[in-house]
Amino acid sequence: MSFINTLIKLIEQDRVGRYLFSALLAIAIMVPVLNLLVPEGSSLHLSTYVVTLLGKYLCYALLALALDLVWGYGGILSLGHGVFFALGGYAMGMYMMRQIGSRGVYGNPELPDFMVFLNWHELPWYWFGFDHFWFAVLMIVLIPGLLAFVFGWLAFRSRVTGVYLSIITQALTFAFMLAFFRNEMGFGGNNGLTDFKDILGFELQHGGTRNVLFVLSALALAAGYLLCRYIVNSKFGRVVVAIRDAEARTRFIGYKVESYKLWLFIISAVMAGIAGALYVPQVGIINPGEFSPLNSIELVVWVAVGGRGTLFGAIVGALLVNFAKTFFTGALPEVWLFALGGMFIVVTLFLPRGLVGLYQQSREKYLAGRAA
Amino acid sequence: MCTLNRSGRYHTSGFFSPILTLLIMIASLLSGPAYAAQAVDNFSAPLKQLLEFDFDIKQQAIEQLAKSDDERVDRIFKTLLNGDLYYRKEDQALVYVFSTDDGYALTGVLDNASLGVVSKREIKKITVNNQLRELLSGLIAERGMSNRNPAVRLNSVKEMIGQVGEPDRDRLQKLLVSETDQRVSRALHIALAMLDVVHGDKQKQLAAVVALGESDYTESRNRLQQVLKQATAADDSALAKQVKTSLHAIQLRAERYQALETVFFGISLGSVLLLAAIGLAITFGVMGVINMAHGELMMIGAYTTYVVQLLMPNYIEWSLLVAVPAAFIVAGLFGVAIERGVIRFLYGRPLETLLATFGISLVLQQLVRSIFSPLNRSVQTPAWMSGSWEINAVLSLTYNRLYIIVFSLLVFAALLAILKKTPLGLQVRAVSQNRTMARAMGIRTEWVDAMTFGLGSGIAGVAGVALSQLTNVGPNLGQSYIIDSFMVVVFGGVGNLWGTLVGAMSLGVANKFLEPWAGAVLAKIFILIFIILFIQKRPRGLFPQKGRAAEN
Amino acid sequence: MKALEQLRETMRRDRVFDFMAGSHLVHPGEIDTRHGPILYVENVNVSFDGFKALNDLTLYIDDGELRCIIGPNGAGKTTMMDVITGKTRPDSGTVFFGQTMDLTRMTEYEIASSGIGRKFQKPTIFPEHTVFENLELAMHMDKGVWSSLQFRLSGEQKDRIEEVMQTINLLAQCHTAAGLLSHGQKQWLEIGMLLTQSPRLLLVDEPVAGMTHQEIEHTAELLTGLAGKHSVVVVEHDMDFIRSIAKKVTVLHEGHVLAEGDMEAIQNDPRVIEVYLGE
Repeated sequence: MSFINTLIKLIEQDRVGRYLFSALLAIAIMVPVLNLLVPEGSSLHLSTYVVTLLGKYLCYALLALALDLVWGYGGILSLGHGVFFALGGYAMGMYMMRQIGSRGVYGNPELPDFMVFLNWHELPWYWFGFDHFWFAVLMIVLIPGLLAFVFGWLAFRSRVTGVYLSIITQALTFAFMLAFFRNEMGFGGNNGLTDFKDILGFELQHGGTRNVLFVLSALALAAGYLLCRYIVNSKFGRVVVAIRDAEARTRFIGYKVESYKLWLFIISAVMAGIAGALYVPQVGIINPGEFSPLNSIELVVWVAVGGRGTLFGAIVGALLVNFAKTFFTGALPEVWLFALGGMFIVVTLFLPRGLVGLYQQSREKYLAGRAA
Repeated sequence: MCTLNRSGRYHTSGFFSPILTLLIMIASLLSGPAYAAQAVDNFSAPLKQLLEFDFDIKQQAIEQLAKSDDERVDRIFKTLLNGDLYYRKEDQALVYVFSTDDGYALTGVLDNASLGVVSKREIKKITVNNQLRELLSGLIAERGMSNRNPAVRLNSVKEMIGQVGEPDRDRLQKLLVSETDQRVSRALHIALAMLDVVHGDKQKQLAAVVALGESDYTESRNRLQQVLKQATAADDSALAKQVKTSLHAIQLRAERYQALETVFFGISLGSVLLLAAIGLAITFGVMGVINMAHGELMMIGAYTTYVVQLLMPNYIEWSLLVAVPAAFIVAGLFGVAIERGVIRFLYGRPLETLLATFGISLVLQQLVRSIFSPLNRSVQTPAWMSGSWEINAVLSLTYNRLYIIVFSLLVFAALLAILKKTPLGLQVRAVSQNRTMARAMGIRTEWVDAMTFGLGSGIAGVAGVALSQLTNVGPNLGQSYIIDSFMVVVFGGVGNLWGTLVGAMSLGVANKFLEPWAGAVLAKIFILIFIILFIQKRPRGLFPQKGRAAEN
Repeated sequence: MKALEQLRETMRRDRVFDFMAGSHLVHPGEIDTRHGPILYVENVNVSFDGFKALNDLTLYIDDGELRCIIGPNGAGKTTMMDVITGKTRPDSGTVFFGQTMDLTRMTEYEIASSGIGRKFQKPTIFPEHTVFENLELAMHMDKGVWSSLQFRLSGEQKDRIEEVMQTINLLAQCHTAAGLLSHGQKQWLEIGMLLTQSPRLLLVDEPVAGMTHQEIEHTAELLTGLAGKHSVVVVEHDMDFIRSIAKKVTVLHEGHVLAEGDMEAIQNDPRVIEVYLGE
């Protein structure tokens, strides 16, 4: 009960959070209604394509939130957060791959198509268990968490900080990309995992399934936000910010800095993994490209554009930048990289606190002006 | 293309010979037309006879041609032997034929002039029979072995070693007497040993086995293995023992050469890494600026090479010499612009610099895509960069790798000299150690920053010139090197140029030693994992900066 | 040659890779001071690139003592504090906290939570946190991850923080971000953090730099008031301040102890006059 009280208190204190929840609640209801109940001819009808697109954005927002937790609050700029997202995605993809069963091109009930194609005769050991949904869910949490634990434990204990850390996280995701491109790894190589049929028995192509996935993404984002808000409002959050601002000092007043960083990193990695797991059934494919360092860096831009260290900013940034990306890559494909690059430069030079920071600043000014 | 590869390969004995070849080529380029016109008459009659259907007439023509010591005859013979010599139906001119995507590209046999692309129907092959083939291969060998150039002689003897037969013995012995070049006479000895080991008496056989054991030709090894089989069958234990010893010696040497070659590959990869990382070592190490656009500055260098070659299409041989300073200036100017435009607002905020320069890298990539197209551009390799230096039958080092090793070391030395000996270097070191103090001493820190960054960027551009000779020049060129370069700098220790050198070389060599048993991709992954672990143990790299200054 | 040394250092058999070494259990409150001293610094050597920052330094601090340490620049005062708090590992020598705790084998946080607090030369506080939060973070309590996640401030703790804010004169700035404070206020805040942290041994590096005369007096009062319950080591350049608080003074010079004794004896020591006071 006290836990629920804490949550209610959290929401009561968090004005921005209330807006966010209302917005998420609204779209979680409105989107399925507009998609399923409004007839197709109507101008208010949302196509399933748009539902999926929005669902994708929400997964990105959850991923951005995860990065904001470590970067905005912990000061750990991970240039490899895509690795956790992709691993979560692969875990979900493996489950859906097993669900295909004998409906694949080769009709092999035991092996996914690409393994048949590679002339493999039995399932590699690390694919066992993925025919159970519960096992896949466990792995979605465990694998990114475990990787974050091992990597973080090594890095934080040796006090690898700042740009060094950023560069080795980039190397980490790069190494994973190279590895997953190999056919011998048993994750579908270049093509990755795709041609999924259904999840928990529900057909993926079906509009209803798409809407459920969308609503789940919205709920996950809300839950993720709440968790992050709880963390940053707790003393843990204050310690983490203290570490960001004066790491040595925090040590000298008796905090085991590496444990704090490690747990923050793990929580963030698990969130990223969940985002990836929700993302894959909606887009229908996961391939090694998700590990590419560029993806992870793009993620950093979302957070930077929105405003780091605000949680809300990460979500706003992810939605805005991805909306812009969809628009540009459709309308003016050659401009997109200019725009993305320009965003990096403009945000770092002129908007160090991002759009949310800009809004807060002008609001403070306005309030101060009114008070005077 | 096949023909070109076979005959266009340089079998030269000295390191500087490519430059010699270059000079000869330029000379022949200048005197080409006159030379060709005069030679037509000596050739035209027997060449015409080659078109005849009758093999006897062809034989006469070949024998006639063999009397000439014109170098073009060798190519005609070789092409004819391979059944690749054609004539054009409309004017019965002899042509060399290269198959291309559009059809068959022709070049004249006499003047080597390009005659355009035609379809298969317009040309006809000149056929040869076995008798002619035998004649041709004998003539080719003979012409080769009596050539004035020892390198050509050596090559001919080498080609002979595999197929030497008892009838060749006299000729070989005659040549051996008159041979002055040590390498050629050694090869002749091996060729004779190949005969002795089969046909000689006991004593000669044993001596031949010893001699073959000291050579590295695949053929001599094969021959020894045959002999071993025969000796075992004949229960000749003394011979068998000697053969085994020889084979073992060959094996040992082969392994040693293999290792040597791997080291060479490793060092050449290391020098590419060094070139890529050294500019970064300045911007990252000396200035503390994380320049994610470094790879794109290399890309700019590579594209500069491409543009230079577009501007001087007739002087490809010289293009690289022009491209190096050009790339340095172009990339350097870009660097100065980046520093003045963006980075100077972000000093002391490394993470922000990282993001902003990454943005710049995206913009530069897209810029190149818009200007040059997203496809890879082909940058030509000058003739003196191709070919290889054959140290012996097992070990040969390609010139482009050799040049890049030398080049990267030169760049490294130049950079070291700039930092140690010039006023700019002094100021750079002063600013990197204590900015405020340097400013108080009257150093224009802003100017020094711009120059340092320009220097680092210029070196990236120069690295791009080298890369244009090794990989595809495309918009993604920079991205594929940036992570590696950072690994090198971090591994070697930030702020230490020697660390960068050692780091680059050791990572290069390690990578090449891992490759044979792990594969290229896994090797790279291992290296990445190794560095990630290494950073844990030594967060400041191999050669860290020590003391109070390093604490903050 | 340097490279070779580095390599040898990396390969030393007696050293385990850091990430493989086990951590050392610390039991706060088990500081054994039965023999008198609370801190034993014995034969400590530290060198940076050939420069000997500490040269066979030996020093004892008694339980409940207030000790002043003076010395010219580069005498090794800050390095000594770095060694005690675990920031710098000595090349040789031992540092014991009480009879049982070997500080050279403990990490910074273990040393801090075993009861050693430090105020830095340059005030380091948490700029984004309010004054209140700064004091709360420093407060003596379980500082593990899990307890931080569940932590709720008790009334008692809140009273204590308010009391400290009163002492350091920052009650009015309770909810101001610490980064906005003046230099002197930051100094006070850092001292306040030492008070809430309530360590057995306080290491105070130049506490009065940038303070007004009045503030200096206040600080002197505060530090002398702490002595007895706590052991305090003060490094300071301000001679008047030292004179006003010191019972026992240690003079450091070139990394080792030049002289030790009461203020008067020190002032009359010809060696001290030569290296320090005489200038």
